[in-house]
Amino acid sequence: MKTKVREPKFHLVKRDDLSRYQRVLIRLLSIVLALILCATITAITTGINPFEVFGSIVSGAFGTARKTWITLQDLSVLLLIALALTPAFTMKFWNIGGEGQVLVGGLATAACMICFEQKLPSAVIILLSVIAAPLAGALWGFIPAICKAKWNTNETLMTLMMNYIATQLVSYFIIIWEVPKGSGKIGIINQNSHAGWMPQVFGSKYMLCILVALITMVFLYFYIGYSKHGYEIQVVGESENTARYVGIKVGKVIVRTMLLSGALCGIAGMLLVGSINHTITTTIAGGQGFTGVLVAWMAKFNPFTMVLSAFLIVFMDRGAGEIATQFGLNQSYADILTGIILFFIIGCEFFINYRIKRAEKHENKEGSSC
Amino acid sequence: MDNKNAAVSMRKITKTFGQDVIANKDVDLDIYKGEILSLLGENGSGKTTLMNMLSGIYYPDSGEIFIDSKPVSIRSPKDAYDLGIGMVHQHFKLVDVLSAAENIVLGLPGKLDIKKATLKIREICDKYGFDVDPEKKVYNMSVSEKQTVEIVKVLYRGADILILDEPTAVLTPQETQKLFEVMRNMKKDGKALVIITHKLNEVQEISDKVAVLRQGAYVGTLITKDTNPQEMTDMMVGHKVELNIERPEPVDPKLRIRVSGLNVVNEEGIKKVNDASFEIYSGEILGIAGISGCGQKELLESIAGLQKVESGSIKYFDDDGNETELVGMDPLKIKELGVALSFVPEDRLGMGLVGNMDISGNMMLRSFREGHGLFTDRKKPQNTAEKIVKLLHVETPGIETPVRRLSGGNVQKVLVGREISNRPKVLMTAYVVRGLDINSSYTIYELINLQKQAGAAVIFVGEDLDVLLQISDRVMVLCDGCVNGILDGRSAQKGEVGLRMTSLDAGKGEDR
Repeated sequence: MKTKVREPKFHLVKRDDLSRYQRVLIRLLSIVLALILCATITAITTGINPFEVFGSIVSGAFGTARKTWITLQDLSVLLLIALALTPAFTMKFWNIGGEGQVLVGGLATAACMICFEQKLPSAVIILLSVIAAPLAGALWGFIPAICKAKWNTNETLMTLMMNYIATQLVSYFIIIWEVPKGSGKIGIINQNSHAGWMPQVFGSKYMLCILVALITMVFLYFYIGYSKHGYEIQVVGESENTARYVGIKVGKVIVRTMLLSGALCGIAGMLLVGSINHTITTTIAGGQGFTGVLVAWMAKFNPFTMVLSAFLIVFMDRGAGEIATQFGLNQSYADILTGIILFFIIGCEFFINYRIKRAEKHENKEGSSC
Repeated sequence: MDNKNAAVSMRKITKTFGQDVIANKDVDLDIYKGEILSLLGENGSGKTTLMNMLSGIYYPDSGEIFIDSKPVSIRSPKDAYDLGIGMVHQHFKLVDVLSAAENIVLGLPGKLDIKKATLKIREICDKYGFDVDPEKKVYNMSVSEKQTVEIVKVLYRGADILILDEPTAVLTPQETQKLFEVMRNMKKDGKALVIITHKLNEVQEISDKVAVLRQGAYVGTLITKDTNPQEMTDMMVGHKVELNIERPEPVDPKLRIRVSGLNVVNEEGIKKVNDASFEIYSGEILGIAGISGCGQKELLESIAGLQKVESGSIKYFDDDGNETELVGMDPLKIKELGVALSFVPEDRLGMGLVGNMDISGNMMLRSFREGHGLFTDRKKPQNTAEKIVKLLHVETPGIETPVRRLSGGNVQKVLVGREISNRPKVLMTAYVVRGLDINSSYTIYELINLQKQAGAAVIFVGEDLDVLLQISDRVMVLCDGCVNGILDGRSAQKGEVGLRMTSLDAGKGEDR
């Protein structure tokens, strides 16, 4: 038997007594620390003045009015996708099929634009897109949902698989619709007639996305937090047994919520094709279906906080391109910086939930804590 | 036996969680060899926390622990084992697919030699009178067998100081007696034993000394044979408590529910309820006795519309005698038919409540559909929550506190409060006081009796037979899904109920 008394150096204590102000302070502090680390690494590995790098990240995102608008537009698309995933995630339905749902929404829009160009007036095509895109997204959400509701299949696997189906479906139609033949691309759809292109709002082609994202944000805030449907989603997410116990039809809620989630993703796809790019490729969603998960999670599924987390990602992404060209750094360099910042932001949650306590000597009566 | 030096001395032990939860404050405790010490205290009085610090699960914020008068530092369960301390937890920590012997040697250093281990296990079993088959797989074992494996596991590792955390909570009276037999054998062998329990009759039966904790602080130690339940309760609660359960005579009983020929098969295809038939009347309490897994859960869930029924019928009769068939209905339909049915399920946070929601959010579970708009009415559940907190003395910082943060007793008060707030015609409760301290338990019994007097038909599934026989007008015994006799609560004997719980033949023999 060991007789020596060993004391642990420190231990962790859970805490839940931080004020809102302190929580924000810790998060801000983590970003500052992350920037300091980024600066140090930049200075050491590239020899470039880190403040110049930071400066060009900012100018990459906000350097000109056009850049600012594009940043805001990108922000709103990512925000919209993150918002679309939120009802499903609140229900603890791990929908990682945002990518596919966005793609089929985009595909439906492209189909409306290409098939009806000569036959229908532009306004009718837009109207058809507005109907078809959410429907397509909803269908992509419905399939995993009904399987989960009926046979309790694994939704993570299914939504992921649906992504691949969507990608292949888009490649198939690209071959059918390719312009010019043999190029393997569609190019700008209806370049001359602009048939089916989404209208400008307030005289700006960027405003539509921003407006849609804002409306969705407010809608979801009230839908999840204050409506009867939202309450059912929360209960199902917390405990299916409790939901059944109070007579909530779990399968119905799952299907209904995924229809909504998929439809919103479909709308994001519609905006990407009809308003922003006017073309469709297999990579048009650009991984945002997955990034949206991160954005939603970082914001703890609060629609308003999501603006901040989406902004951070978009800001770094836009700045990345700038430093790549300006300093001849690899595009991956910006990813490294983004990675460091994300690591700090997610890591700081630990310090919000726990306190590290130094072990006390036996002589001490009062504890010293940090 | 050397009783002069304590095997374990804890001095000025303090442990806090977070900023303001003080689990233990300056606790002094001595445990002697060859003695059984009962650790008594209400929920949240810090009994388990204190023992967890002895078994290396928590580390005290301050204070000292001495083993055989030498200061020690216990930083992990392994340290505890090295010092000869072993704890049997409330929730078993066994691997289902392994055998008893494999579980027992799991995690021990050295070469794995099951044969040798089996021999040693047999030796331990013979010495203390355990009844366990080392080769039996854990998933085939009853709760009592699993507990035995846990105890043998601790002894196998050479523990001289054994801590049992509410070991009798899951046992039938017969199994409890067997456990006590083994405990007495270990005591004779010079082991130091600590038993954490709520049940005063067991304290009196098994222990030599009783140490009482109240709100994390040590109140004092009593010699068991010189004390009585009233004194222990008063010490534990800090003021006088009435220890009688009332049993008012049923007033104007009317047929409320008739269950006939009910059969239920669970998802694994096992028959859980077998041709059950009984009636329940308004203004009475029907107690249901049975060991865990005897079908009581499925029976209640069938009535509540949560369980698929194979065959049989459950008829509900309203005040005018109009009947409604409940089989095939889901909870929502039952509610829409105007059947005021309340159900306090066994699994509070897993079924009755949502742990992450606050108290008013949990009130909303029953009322969120009310009103025509798309949005939920938040005012009414808030009022209900405030009323319940005030009426049932729920200890909570506010109605915005998530219920998972509340202690077990307060969680149960919230659930029971909600279920009786809509004036039920039928109230079903499953293990309604499980894990609750004496004070909370008696509050709950009172609430149930009030519902009975208000004319509700009450089904009370309980595990403490003493309570069951005190509160019920009639006691129905379930064994293996069969109704094994319905006895009069005023005349039924505990022994007979215990026998009928475990053996179908016992019931048949008497009936013939």
